[in-house]
Amino acid sequence: MSTHREKLRIADLHAFYGESHILHGIDMHVMQGELVTLLGRNGSGRSTTLRAIMNMVGRRTGSININGTETIGLPAHKIAHLGLGYCPEERGIFSSLNVEENLLLPPPVRSDGMSVEELYEMFPNLYERRYSQGTRLSGGEQQMLALARILRSGANILLLDEITEGLAPVIVQKLGEVLVKLKERGLTILLVEQNFRFAAPIADRHYVMEHGHIVEEVQADELEAKTELLNTYLGV
Amino acid sequence: MATFLGINLFGLFGQLLVGLINGSFYALLSLGLAIIFGLLKIINFAQGAMYMLGAFAAWLALNYLGINYWAALVVVPLVVGLVGVLMERFLIRPIANEDHLYSLLLTFGFALMLQGLFTHMYGSSGLSYSIPEALSGGTKLPFMYLPDYRAWIICASVVVCGLTWWMIEKTKLGAYLRAGTENPQLMQAFGINVPLIVTLTFGFGVALAGLAGVMAAPIYSVTPDMGSNLLIVVFAIVVIGGMGSIGGAILTGLGMGVIEGLTKYFYPEASNTVIFLVMVIVLLLKPAGLFGKEA
Repeated sequence: MSTHREKLRIADLHAFYGESHILHGIDMHVMQGELVTLLGRNGSGRSTTLRAIMNMVGRRTGSININGTETIGLPAHKIAHLGLGYCPEERGIFSSLNVEENLLLPPPVRSDGMSVEELYEMFPNLYERRYSQGTRLSGGEQQMLALARILRSGANILLLDEITEGLAPVIVQKLGEVLVKLKERGLTILLVEQNFRFAAPIADRHYVMEHGHIVEEVQADELEAKTELLNTYLGV
Repeated sequence: MATFLGINLFGLFGQLLVGLINGSFYALLSLGLAIIFGLLKIINFAQGAMYMLGAFAAWLALNYLGINYWAALVVVPLVVGLVGVLMERFLIRPIANEDHLYSLLLTFGFALMLQGLFTHMYGSSGLSYSIPEALSGGTKLPFMYLPDYRAWIICASVVVCGLTWWMIEKTKLGAYLRAGTENPQLMQAFGINVPLIVTLTFGFGVALAGLAGVMAAPIYSVTPDMGSNLLIVVFAIVVIGGMGSIGGAILTGLGMGVIEGLTKYFYPEASNTVIFLVMVIVLLLKPAGLFGKEA
Protein backbone atom coordinates (compact mmCIF):
# COMPACT_ATOMS: atom_id res chain seq x y z
CA MET A 1 0.00 0.00 0.00
CA SER A 2 1.59 3.25 -1.09
CA THR A 3 0.33 5.50 1.71
CA HIS A 4 1.96 8.62 0.29
CA ARG A 5 -0.45 8.56 -2.64
CA GLU A 6 -3.44 8.07 -0.42
CA LYS A 7 -5.24 11.42 -0.16
CA LEU A 8 -8.12 10.41 2.06
CA ARG A 9 -8.60 7.49 4.42
CA ILE A 10 -11.67 7.16 6.59
CA ALA A 11 -11.93 4.50 9.28
CA ASP A 12 -14.89 3.61 11.48
CA LEU A 13 -16.51 7.01 10.97
CA HIS A 14 -19.69 7.65 12.96
CA ALA A 15 -21.60 10.91 12.62
CA PHE A 16 -24.48 12.33 14.62
CA TYR A 17 -26.92 15.20 14.25
CA GLY A 18 -28.13 15.79 17.79
CA GLU A 19 -29.53 12.46 18.91
CA SER A 20 -29.72 10.94 15.43
CA HIS A 21 -26.93 8.57 14.55
CA ILE A 22 -26.46 9.00 10.77
CA LEU A 23 -23.22 7.24 9.83
CA HIS A 24 -22.51 3.83 11.36
CA GLY A 25 -18.83 3.12 10.88
CA ILE A 26 -17.73 4.15 7.40
CA ASP A 27 -14.45 2.80 6.01
CA MET A 28 -13.17 4.10 2.71
CA HIS A 29 -10.18 5.61 0.99
CA VAL A 30 -9.43 7.70 -2.08
CA MET A 31 -6.08 7.66 -3.89
CA GLN A 32 -4.48 10.66 -5.53
CA GLY A 33 -5.94 11.41 -8.94
CA GLU A 34 -8.86 9.06 -8.40
CA LEU A 35 -12.47 9.96 -9.04
CA VAL A 36 -14.61 8.01 -6.60
CA THR A 37 -18.36 8.22 -6.28
CA LEU A 38 -20.68 7.63 -3.39
CA LEU A 39 -23.85 6.08 -4.73
CA GLY A 40 -27.03 5.33 -2.86
CA ARG A 41 -30.59 6.36 -2.31
CA ASN A 42 -31.57 9.68 -0.75
CA GLY A 43 -30.97 9.55 2.98
CA SER A 44 -28.38 6.79 2.80
CA GLY A 45 -25.75 9.07 4.34
CA ARG A 46 -23.73 10.14 1.28
CA SER A 47 -24.01 13.89 1.84
CA THR A 48 -23.45 13.38 5.56
CA THR A 49 -20.20 11.59 4.74
CA LEU A 50 -18.93 14.69 2.90
CA ARG A 51 -20.18 16.98 5.66
CA ALA A 52 -18.53 14.78 8.28
CA ILE A 53 -15.21 15.05 6.42
CA MET A 54 -15.58 18.86 6.57
CA ASN A 55 -16.58 18.70 10.26
CA MET A 56 -20.00 20.17 9.48
CA VAL A 57 -22.00 17.60 11.44
CA GLY A 58 -23.00 17.79 15.07
CA ARG A 59 -20.55 15.17 16.31
CA ARG A 60 -18.24 12.64 14.67
CA THR A 61 -16.01 9.83 15.89
CA GLY A 62 -13.53 7.53 14.22
CA SER A 63 -10.67 8.58 12.01
CA ILE A 64 -10.43 10.84 8.96
CA ASN A 65 -6.94 11.08 7.56
CA ILE A 66 -6.38 13.74 4.91
CA ASN A 67 -3.02 13.87 3.15
CA GLY A 68 -1.48 12.07 6.11
CA THR A 69 -3.01 14.33 8.77
CA GLU A 70 -5.55 13.03 11.28
CA THR A 71 -8.42 15.56 11.26
CA ILE A 72 -11.05 14.13 13.58
CA GLY A 73 -10.05 16.62 16.30
CA LEU A 74 -9.49 19.63 14.03
CA PRO A 75 -11.86 22.63 14.09
CA ALA A 76 -13.90 23.07 10.91
CA HIS A 77 -11.97 26.08 9.61
CA LYS A 78 -8.63 24.24 9.63
CA ILE A 79 -9.74 21.38 7.41
CA ALA A 80 -9.93 23.23 4.08
CA HIS A 81 -6.31 24.26 4.51
CA LEU A 82 -5.23 20.64 4.03
CA GLY A 83 -6.23 21.13 0.40
CA LEU A 84 -9.93 20.35 0.50
CA GLY A 85 -12.60 22.05 -1.58
CA TYR A 86 -16.23 21.39 -0.70
CA CYS A 87 -19.16 22.03 -3.00
CA PRO A 88 -22.43 21.65 -1.05
CA GLU A 89 -25.59 20.15 -2.49
CA GLU A 90 -27.43 23.48 -2.30
CA ARG A 91 -24.41 25.08 -4.04
CA GLY A 92 -24.02 27.74 -1.37
CA ILE A 93 -23.77 30.78 -3.65
CA PHE A 94 -23.86 33.92 -1.51
CA SER A 95 -26.63 36.32 -2.42
CA SER A 96 -24.90 39.23 -0.70
CA LEU A 97 -21.95 38.94 -3.11
CA ASN A 98 -21.73 39.29 -6.87
CA VAL A 99 -20.39 36.54 -9.13
CA GLU A 100 -16.79 37.73 -9.04
CA GLU A 101 -16.86 38.27 -5.26
CA ASN A 102 -18.24 34.74 -4.88
CA LEU A 103 -15.45 33.44 -7.08
CA LEU A 104 -12.76 35.25 -5.08
CA LEU A 105 -14.27 34.46 -1.69
CA PRO A 106 -12.65 31.20 -0.52
CA PRO A 107 -9.14 31.95 0.72
CA PRO A 108 -6.32 30.06 -1.00
CA VAL A 109 -5.67 26.72 0.68
CA ARG A 110 -2.73 25.82 -1.55
CA SER A 111 -0.50 27.98 -3.72
CA ASP A 112 -1.24 26.59 -7.18
CA GLY A 113 -4.92 27.34 -7.60
CA MET A 114 -6.33 28.10 -11.05
CA SER A 115 -6.26 31.75 -12.05
CA VAL A 116 -9.42 33.78 -12.55
CA GLU A 117 -8.60 34.06 -16.29
CA GLU A 118 -8.28 30.29 -16.60
CA LEU A 119 -11.59 29.80 -14.82
CA TYR A 120 -13.38 32.38 -16.97
CA GLU A 121 -12.03 30.54 -19.99
CA MET A 122 -13.37 27.27 -18.63
CA PHE A 123 -16.74 28.86 -17.73
CA PRO A 124 -17.33 31.77 -20.17
CA ASN A 125 -20.84 32.36 -18.78
CA LEU A 126 -19.38 33.40 -15.46
CA TYR A 127 -17.23 36.05 -17.14
CA GLU A 128 -20.22 37.52 -18.95
CA ARG A 129 -22.19 37.73 -15.71
CA ARG A 130 -19.36 38.56 -13.34
CA TYR A 131 -21.09 41.64 -11.87
CA SER A 132 -24.50 40.00 -11.38
CA GLN A 133 -25.71 39.07 -7.94
CA GLY A 134 -24.56 35.49 -7.28
CA THR A 135 -28.00 34.04 -6.78
CA ARG A 136 -29.38 35.60 -9.99
CA LEU A 137 -27.47 33.06 -12.06
CA SER A 138 -29.24 30.05 -13.52
CA GLY A 139 -28.89 26.77 -11.63
CA GLY A 140 -26.23 25.54 -14.05
CA GLU A 141 -24.24 28.77 -13.80
CA GLN A 142 -24.45 28.67 -10.01
CA GLN A 143 -23.10 25.14 -10.07
CA MET A 144 -20.20 26.21 -12.27
CA LEU A 145 -19.51 29.11 -9.91
CA ALA A 146 -19.56 26.79 -6.89
CA LEU A 147 -17.05 24.55 -8.64
CA ALA A 148 -14.91 27.39 -9.99
CA ARG A 149 -14.44 29.06 -6.62
CA ILE A 150 -12.96 25.94 -5.00
CA LEU A 151 -10.69 25.42 -8.01
CA ARG A 152 -9.35 28.95 -7.56
CA SER A 153 -8.54 28.21 -3.92
CA GLY A 154 -6.07 25.58 -5.08
CA ALA A 155 -7.88 22.68 -3.42
CA ASN A 156 -6.67 19.38 -4.84
CA ILE A 157 -9.16 17.12 -3.11
CA LEU A 158 -12.67 18.00 -4.21
CA LEU A 159 -15.78 16.88 -2.36
CA LEU A 160 -18.70 17.43 -4.73
CA ASP A 161 -22.28 16.87 -3.60
CA GLU A 162 -24.89 16.17 -6.31
CA ILE A 163 -23.48 18.65 -8.78
CA THR A 164 -25.74 17.55 -11.62
CA GLU A 165 -28.99 17.65 -9.67
CA GLY A 166 -31.77 19.45 -11.50
CA LEU A 167 -29.59 20.62 -14.39
CA ALA A 168 -30.27 20.43 -18.13
CA PRO A 169 -28.53 17.58 -20.02
CA VAL A 170 -26.27 19.95 -21.95
CA ILE A 171 -24.96 21.42 -18.68
CA VAL A 172 -24.55 17.99 -17.13
CA GLN A 173 -22.44 17.07 -20.15
CA LYS A 174 -20.34 20.23 -19.71
CA LEU A 175 -19.77 19.39 -16.03
CA GLY A 176 -18.70 15.86 -17.04
CA GLU A 177 -16.11 17.35 -19.41
CA VAL A 178 -14.85 19.63 -16.64
CA LEU A 179 -14.45 16.71 -14.22
CA VAL A 180 -12.48 14.75 -16.80
CA LYS A 181 -10.20 17.77 -17.30
CA LEU A 182 -9.69 18.12 -13.55
CA LYS A 183 -8.86 14.45 -13.26
CA GLU A 184 -6.28 14.85 -16.01
CA ARG A 185 -4.70 17.60 -13.92
CA GLY A 186 -4.27 15.08 -11.11
CA LEU A 187 -7.03 16.33 -8.81
CA THR A 188 -8.65 13.87 -6.45
CA ILE A 189 -12.43 13.86 -6.52
CA LEU A 190 -15.03 12.33 -4.23
CA LEU A 191 -18.39 12.71 -5.88
CA VAL A 192 -21.83 12.16 -4.37
CA GLU A 193 -24.04 11.41 -7.32
CA GLN A 194 -27.58 10.32 -7.97
CA ASN A 195 -27.17 10.28 -11.74
CA PHE A 196 -25.45 6.97 -12.27
CA ARG A 197 -25.24 7.42 -16.04
CA PHE A 198 -23.27 10.63 -15.44
CA ALA A 199 -20.89 9.03 -12.95
CA ALA A 200 -20.31 5.62 -14.53
CA PRO A 201 -18.13 6.62 -17.50
CA ILE A 202 -15.86 9.02 -15.58
CA ALA A 203 -15.38 7.32 -12.20
CA ASP A 204 -12.61 4.91 -11.20
CA ARG A 205 -14.47 3.37 -8.30
CA HIS A 206 -17.85 3.49 -6.62
CA TYR A 207 -18.93 3.03 -3.03
CA VAL A 208 -22.56 2.14 -2.48
CA MET A 209 -24.15 3.39 0.72
CA GLU A 210 -27.26 2.28 2.53
CA HIS A 211 -28.55 3.30 5.99
CA GLY A 212 -25.26 4.94 6.93
CA HIS A 213 -23.13 1.95 5.96
CA ILE A 214 -20.97 1.25 2.93
CA VAL A 215 -22.48 -1.92 1.53
CA GLU A 216 -20.51 -2.40 -1.66
CA GLU A 217 -17.36 -1.27 -3.39
CA VAL A 218 -17.39 -1.53 -7.20
CA GLN A 219 -14.42 -0.99 -9.52
CA ALA A 220 -15.12 0.71 -12.85
CA ASP A 221 -14.40 -2.50 -14.75
CA GLU A 222 -16.80 -4.51 -12.60
CA LEU A 223 -19.75 -2.28 -13.41
CA GLU A 224 -21.22 -4.48 -16.07
CA ALA A 225 -20.98 -7.64 -13.98
CA LYS A 226 -22.56 -5.94 -10.99
CA THR A 227 -25.28 -3.95 -12.77
CA GLU A 228 -28.06 -6.02 -11.32
CA LEU A 229 -26.72 -5.71 -7.79
CA LEU A 230 -26.42 -1.93 -8.20
CA ASN A 231 -29.95 -1.73 -9.52
CA THR A 232 -31.26 -3.36 -6.36
CA TYR A 233 -29.32 -0.99 -4.15
CA LEU A 234 -30.14 2.16 -6.09
CA GLY A 235 -33.68 1.13 -6.90
CA VAL A 236 -33.47 2.23 -10.54
CA MET B 1 -33.42 89.01 12.57
CA ALA B 2 -33.00 87.14 9.29
CA THR B 3 -36.27 85.66 8.12
CA PHE B 4 -37.39 83.97 4.93
CA LEU B 5 -41.10 83.38 4.20
CA GLY B 6 -41.71 84.11 7.87
CA ILE B 7 -39.21 81.51 9.03
CA ASN B 8 -36.60 82.54 11.55
CA LEU B 9 -33.45 81.34 9.80
CA PHE B 10 -31.26 81.56 12.91
CA GLY B 11 -33.63 79.32 14.80
CA LEU B 12 -34.06 76.94 11.90
CA PHE B 13 -30.36 76.51 11.19
CA GLY B 14 -29.66 76.21 14.90
CA GLN B 15 -32.10 73.32 15.19
CA LEU B 16 -30.75 71.79 11.98
CA LEU B 17 -27.29 71.85 13.51
CA VAL B 18 -28.50 70.24 16.72
CA GLY B 19 -30.28 67.67 14.57
CA LEU B 20 -27.11 66.91 12.61
CA ILE B 21 -25.13 66.52 15.84
CA ASN B 22 -27.71 64.14 17.30
CA GLY B 23 -27.85 62.41 13.93
CA SER B 24 -24.09 61.90 14.03
CA PHE B 25 -24.39 60.05 17.32
CA TYR B 26 -27.44 58.14 16.10
CA ALA B 27 -25.47 57.08 13.02
CA LEU B 28 -22.45 55.84 15.00
CA LEU B 29 -24.59 53.95 17.50
CA SER B 30 -27.02 52.44 15.03
CA LEU B 31 -24.14 51.46 12.76
CA GLY B 32 -22.62 49.43 15.60
CA LEU B 33 -25.99 47.85 16.33
CA ALA B 34 -26.61 47.07 12.66
CA ILE B 35 -23.22 45.39 12.32
CA ILE B 36 -23.76 43.29 15.42
CA PHE B 37 -27.30 42.40 14.47
CA GLY B 38 -26.39 41.79 10.83
CA LEU B 39 -23.60 39.35 11.53
CA LEU B 40 -24.51 37.81 14.83
CA LYS B 41 -28.28 38.15 14.97
CA ILE B 42 -27.68 39.41 18.49
CA ILE B 43 -29.95 42.17 19.67
CA ASN B 44 -27.38 44.04 21.73
CA PHE B 45 -29.23 46.00 24.39
CA ALA B 46 -25.89 46.87 25.98
CA GLN B 47 -24.97 49.18 23.09
CA GLY B 48 -26.22 52.22 25.05
CA ALA B 49 -24.27 51.13 28.13
CA MET B 50 -21.13 50.83 25.97
CA TYR B 51 -21.67 54.41 24.80
CA MET B 52 -21.96 55.46 28.45
CA LEU B 53 -18.89 53.39 29.28
CA GLY B 54 -16.98 55.23 26.52
CA ALA B 55 -17.91 58.61 27.97
CA PHE B 56 -17.01 57.56 31.53
CA ALA B 57 -13.78 55.96 30.34
CA ALA B 58 -12.80 59.25 28.68
CA TRP B 59 -13.57 61.15 31.89
CA LEU B 60 -11.69 58.65 34.07
CA ALA B 61 -8.73 58.60 31.68
CA LEU B 62 -8.48 62.39 31.78
CA ASN B 63 -8.91 62.77 35.52
CA TYR B 64 -6.89 59.81 36.79
CA LEU B 65 -4.40 59.03 34.05
CA GLY B 66 -4.00 62.40 32.37
CA ILE B 67 -4.96 60.95 29.00
CA ASN B 68 -6.31 63.86 26.94
CA TYR B 69 -9.26 63.91 24.55
CA TRP B 70 -7.28 63.07 21.42
CA ALA B 71 -5.55 60.09 22.97
CA ALA B 72 -8.87 58.99 24.46
CA LEU B 73 -10.38 58.94 20.96
CA VAL B 74 -8.01 56.06 20.19
CA VAL B 75 -7.58 54.37 23.58
CA VAL B 76 -11.17 54.33 24.80
CA PRO B 77 -12.70 52.58 21.76
CA LEU B 78 -9.96 49.94 22.10
CA VAL B 79 -10.79 49.42 25.77
CA VAL B 80 -14.54 49.36 25.18
CA GLY B 81 -13.99 47.06 22.19
CA LEU B 82 -12.05 44.72 24.45
CA VAL B 83 -14.96 44.69 26.90
CA GLY B 84 -17.13 43.75 23.92
CA VAL B 85 -14.76 40.96 22.88
CA LEU B 86 -14.80 39.49 26.38
CA MET B 87 -18.56 39.87 26.57
CA GLU B 88 -19.07 38.03 23.28
CA ARG B 89 -16.60 35.30 24.12
CA PHE B 90 -17.74 34.53 27.66
CA LEU B 91 -21.36 35.70 27.91
CA ILE B 92 -22.92 35.63 24.47
CA ARG B 93 -21.21 32.70 22.79
CA PRO B 94 -22.36 30.15 25.39
CA ILE B 95 -25.99 31.02 24.56
CA ALA B 96 -25.44 31.56 20.83
CA ASN B 97 -27.68 28.62 19.89
CA GLU B 98 -30.56 29.65 22.13
CA ASP B 99 -33.49 31.83 21.14
CA HIS B 100 -32.68 35.52 20.47
CA LEU B 101 -34.62 36.44 23.58
CA TYR B 102 -31.79 35.06 25.70
CA SER B 103 -29.16 37.38 24.26
CA LEU B 104 -31.62 40.26 24.45
CA LEU B 105 -32.21 39.63 28.15
CA LEU B 106 -28.54 38.98 28.83
CA THR B 107 -27.34 42.19 27.19
CA PHE B 108 -30.15 44.16 28.81
CA GLY B 109 -29.18 42.80 32.23
CA PHE B 110 -25.54 43.53 31.56
CA ALA B 111 -26.44 47.12 30.63
CA LEU B 112 -28.45 47.57 33.84
CA MET B 113 -25.56 46.24 35.91
CA LEU B 114 -23.06 48.61 34.31
CA GLN B 115 -25.46 51.51 34.71
CA GLY B 116 -26.05 50.59 38.36
CA LEU B 117 -22.34 50.28 39.00
CA PHE B 118 -21.61 53.77 37.65
CA THR B 119 -24.58 55.26 39.48
CA HIS B 120 -23.26 53.74 42.70
CA MET B 121 -19.77 55.09 42.13
CA TYR B 122 -20.40 58.49 40.55
CA GLY B 123 -24.03 59.29 41.28
CA SER B 124 -26.60 60.21 38.68
CA SER B 125 -26.11 63.97 38.50
CA GLY B 126 -23.43 63.84 35.82
CA LEU B 127 -19.78 64.72 35.38
CA SER B 128 -18.44 67.41 33.10
CA TYR B 129 -15.73 67.04 30.50
CA SER B 130 -14.43 70.14 28.83
CA ILE B 131 -14.11 70.66 25.11
CA PRO B 132 -10.50 70.23 23.96
CA GLU B 133 -8.78 73.60 23.56
CA ALA B 134 -8.07 73.22 19.86
CA LEU B 135 -11.80 72.97 19.17
CA SER B 136 -13.15 75.50 21.65
CA GLY B 137 -13.61 78.26 19.06
CA GLY B 138 -16.25 78.67 16.42
CA THR B 139 -17.03 80.07 13.00
CA LYS B 140 -19.60 82.70 12.13
CA LEU B 141 -21.66 81.59 9.15
CA PRO B 142 -24.30 83.76 7.40
CA PHE B 143 -27.22 82.43 9.41
CA MET B 144 -25.63 80.84 12.40
CA TYR B 145 -22.66 80.43 14.69
CA LEU B 146 -20.97 77.06 14.22
CA PRO B 147 -18.89 75.91 17.21
CA ASP B 148 -15.77 74.09 16.04
CA TYR B 149 -16.39 71.11 18.28
CA ARG B 150 -19.81 70.51 16.73
CA ALA B 151 -18.40 70.75 13.22
CA TRP B 152 -15.73 68.27 14.26
CA ILE B 153 -18.32 65.79 15.53
CA ILE B 154 -20.26 65.85 12.29
CA CYS B 155 -17.12 65.43 10.17
CA ALA B 156 -15.62 62.71 12.38
CA SER B 157 -18.86 60.76 12.46
CA VAL B 158 -19.31 60.95 8.69
CA VAL B 159 -15.71 59.84 8.12
CA VAL B 160 -15.89 56.94 10.59
CA CYS B 161 -19.24 55.77 9.25
CA GLY B 162 -18.02 56.10 5.67
CA LEU B 163 -14.86 54.11 6.36
CA THR B 164 -16.83 51.41 8.15
CA TRP B 165 -19.28 51.18 5.26
CA TRP B 166 -16.41 50.93 2.78
CA MET B 167 -14.70 48.25 4.84
CA ILE B 168 -17.82 46.12 5.02
CA GLU B 169 -19.14 46.61 1.50
CA LYS B 170 -15.96 46.92 -0.55
CA THR B 171 -13.12 44.95 0.99
CA LYS B 172 -12.24 41.27 1.18
CA LEU B 173 -12.63 41.28 4.95
CA GLY B 174 -16.09 42.75 4.47
CA ALA B 175 -16.92 40.03 1.96
CA TYR B 176 -15.96 37.40 4.56
CA LEU B 177 -18.19 39.19 7.00
CA ARG B 178 -21.19 39.39 4.66
CA ALA B 179 -20.76 35.80 3.51
CA GLY B 180 -20.24 34.65 7.09
CA THR B 181 -23.58 36.21 7.96
CA GLU B 182 -25.29 34.33 5.21
CA ASN B 183 -23.78 30.87 5.61
CA PRO B 184 -21.33 30.56 8.50
CA GLN B 185 -20.98 26.81 8.15
CA LEU B 186 -19.90 26.97 4.53
CA MET B 187 -17.45 29.76 5.32
CA GLN B 188 -15.89 27.49 7.93
CA ALA B 189 -15.65 24.78 5.29
CA PHE B 190 -13.76 27.25 3.09
CA GLY B 191 -11.23 27.64 5.89
CA ILE B 192 -12.41 30.90 7.48
CA ASN B 193 -12.35 31.10 11.26
CA VAL B 194 -15.90 32.40 11.62
CA PRO B 195 -16.05 32.41 15.46
CA LEU B 196 -13.00 34.68 15.51
CA ILE B 197 -14.57 37.04 12.96
CA VAL B 198 -17.76 37.06 15.03
CA THR B 199 -15.89 37.99 18.20
CA LEU B 200 -13.90 40.75 16.51
CA THR B 201 -16.98 42.11 14.78
CA PHE B 202 -18.86 42.29 18.04
CA GLY B 203 -15.86 44.08 19.53
CA PHE B 204 -15.79 46.52 16.62
CA GLY B 205 -19.51 47.28 16.82
CA VAL B 206 -19.19 47.95 20.53
CA ALA B 207 -16.03 50.03 20.00
CA LEU B 208 -18.07 52.34 17.74
CA ALA B 209 -20.38 52.99 20.68
CA GLY B 210 -17.32 53.66 22.85
CA LEU B 211 -16.04 56.18 20.29
CA ALA B 212 -19.43 57.90 20.22
CA GLY B 213 -19.23 58.06 24.02
CA VAL B 214 -15.87 59.87 23.94
CA MET B 215 -17.18 62.32 21.34
CA ALA B 216 -20.31 62.92 23.40
CA ALA B 217 -18.52 63.55 26.69
CA PRO B 218 -17.71 67.25 26.04
CA ILE B 219 -21.22 68.22 24.86
CA TYR B 220 -23.64 66.05 26.77
CA SER B 221 -23.20 65.56 30.47
CA VAL B 222 -21.58 62.25 31.39
CA THR B 223 -24.25 60.36 33.32
CA PRO B 224 -24.91 56.66 33.93
CA ASP B 225 -28.22 56.79 32.08
CA MET B 226 -27.00 58.73 29.02
CA GLY B 227 -26.97 55.51 27.03
CA SER B 228 -30.30 54.07 28.06
CA ASN B 229 -32.05 57.29 27.05
CA LEU B 230 -30.60 57.00 23.59
CA LEU B 231 -30.91 53.26 23.10
CA ILE B 232 -34.59 53.12 22.27
CA VAL B 233 -34.27 55.86 19.65
CA VAL B 234 -31.27 54.09 18.15
CA PHE B 235 -33.18 50.82 17.95
CA ALA B 236 -36.01 52.63 16.18
CA ILE B 237 -33.45 53.97 13.70
CA VAL B 238 -32.05 50.52 12.99
CA VAL B 239 -35.60 49.28 12.38
CA ILE B 240 -36.37 52.21 10.05
CA GLY B 241 -33.10 51.75 8.14
CA GLY B 242 -33.65 48.01 7.81
CA MET B 243 -32.27 45.46 10.26
CA GLY B 244 -28.71 44.63 9.32
CA SER B 245 -28.36 47.22 6.54
CA ILE B 246 -25.07 49.06 7.10
CA GLY B 247 -25.67 51.99 4.74
CA GLY B 248 -29.29 52.14 5.91
CA ALA B 249 -28.26 52.58 9.54
CA ILE B 250 -25.87 55.42 8.70
CA LEU B 251 -28.20 57.37 6.41
CA THR B 252 -31.22 56.85 8.63
CA GLY B 253 -29.22 57.90 11.70
CA LEU B 254 -28.24 61.22 10.15
CA GLY B 255 -31.64 61.68 8.53
CA MET B 256 -33.60 61.07 11.71
CA GLY B 257 -31.40 63.54 13.57
CA VAL B 258 -32.29 66.19 10.99
CA ILE B 259 -35.99 65.32 11.03
CA GLU B 260 -35.96 65.54 14.81
CA GLY B 261 -34.23 68.94 14.58
CA LEU B 262 -36.75 70.27 12.05
CA THR B 263 -39.62 69.05 14.20
CA LYS B 264 -38.12 70.87 17.16
CA TYR B 265 -38.34 74.06 15.16
CA PHE B 266 -41.75 73.67 13.53
CA TYR B 267 -43.64 71.70 16.18
CA PRO B 268 -41.49 71.17 19.28
CA GLU B 269 -44.16 69.14 21.09
CA ALA B 270 -43.68 66.27 18.64
CA SER B 271 -39.89 66.22 18.59
CA ASN B 272 -39.60 63.31 21.02
CA THR B 273 -42.08 61.18 19.16
CA VAL B 274 -41.41 62.00 15.52
CA ILE B 275 -38.86 59.18 15.08
CA PHE B 276 -41.35 56.62 16.35
CA LEU B 277 -44.02 58.06 14.09
CA VAL B 278 -41.65 57.60 11.14
CA MET B 279 -40.96 54.07 12.33
CA VAL B 280 -44.66 53.20 12.35
CA ILE B 281 -45.17 54.64 8.86
CA VAL B 282 -42.10 52.87 7.46
CA LEU B 283 -43.07 49.55 9.02
CA LEU B 284 -46.56 49.83 7.53
CA LEU B 285 -45.29 50.65 4.03
CA LYS B 286 -41.97 48.74 3.96
CA PRO B 287 -41.86 46.14 6.72
CA ALA B 288 -38.20 45.30 6.03
CA GLY B 289 -37.16 48.93 6.58
CA LEU B 290 -36.07 51.61 4.10
CA PHE B 291 -32.87 49.83 3.05
CA GLY B 292 -33.57 46.30 4.27
CA LYS B 293 -33.83 43.33 1.95
CA GLU B 294 -37.32 41.87 1.80
CA ALA B 295 -37.20 38.37 3.21
